Amino acid sequence: MTMLAASTAAPEFTLHSTPDQSVSLKEFRSRNVILAFYPADWSPVCSDQLALYNELLDEFARLNAQLLAISVDGVWSHAALARDRKYHFPLLSDFEPKGQVARAYGVYEEQAGVAQRALFVIDGDGVIRWSYLSPMGVNPGAAGIVKALEALPSNNIQKTLPIDAAREAP
Amino acid sequence: MLHEDAILAVPVSAHDHAQGNAHAVVTLVEYGDFQCPACGSAYPLVKQIQHRYAGNLRFVFRHFPLSQAHPYAHLAAELAEAAAVEGQFWAMHDWLYENQAAWAPHGAAGLEAGMRALGLDEAIIAATLRNPDIDAHIRRDFMGGVRSGVNGTPSFYVNGYLYQGDFDSLVHSIGRVIARQH
Repeated sequence: MTMLAASTAAPEFTLHSTPDQSVSLKEFRSRNVILAFYPADWSPVCSDQLALYNELLDEFARLNAQLLAISVDGVWSHAALARDRKYHFPLLSDFEPKGQVARAYGVYEEQAGVAQRALFVIDGDGVIRWSYLSPMGVNPGAAGIVKALEALPSNNIQKTLPIDAAREAP
Repeated sequence: MLHEDAILAVPVSAHDHAQGNAHAVVTLVEYGDFQCPACGSAYPLVKQIQHRYAGNLRFVFRHFPLSQAHPYAHLAAELAEAAAVEGQFWAMHDWLYENQAAWAPHGAAGLEAGMRALGLDEAIIAATLRNPDIDAHIRRDFMGGVRSGVNGTPSFYVNGYLYQGDFDSLVHSIGRVIARQH
């Protein structure tokens, strides 16, 4: 299975974020999307990774990006994790058919039956602009995401501003 | 993982809180969170490293508060910055880690004990905390860490390279860098 690369159209999906709500990729047209596939709720590395992204939601918003995290866990596990860790972004459940979206992006780990630890930055036209596959046990941090978002033509204006000036501008 | 996202994006400068010889062979940078238990566990080990390598090591601390996971981490970072204005950054840094288990469950009230322990004037600290430079410094540290590939706390950089591994091998890798220079 090969991970989808930059310049590929991002496969559409609709997944449950809670028992009675679902999220579709197409809702975010004209905004950038960060897709963070991760193997499992509650495992320590994932949690550190998502805890870091949870701190960066303002920064992602400044770069016109919405974070969506995806694993094969069920909605109730996601709900408990989000509440426990105070996550303020959707955790999507790639549960039935299991791993269908991870497969579509080429990041399903067949043997373990989980999503790989993979990152995608998708632009406002629904095109993948950057992707990164991290070893399963390694938290990839956020440097690559921030760089990829800043490199998007729609965010180029930000490049000329020092980060603090951009943040503090009214 | 030694690629460009794992290199210190913001060089150590006069804006940093640094301890030890400015011309030391090794500069160890920690991105830390005062409420993070793992950082609390690392604290005495960093002290040991500083003691062991003495003049060969400069230690720099930068803020990386994970505020959603640790609700008082940001306030603690602010307090350390306010103490820094009074010339007491390291005293507060040490107090926060040495007493983490005591203050963390009590939040702001717990942190007040730190001000008393250091003999800081609470009115002066309260006024300093309203200065936007304090938050700006913490934010600058945090985003610099993100750009350097910090993925959790504590994260350590040895002469600009992200170190990933256990503490014993951190000590040895610092020792090797020093040995090569002598």
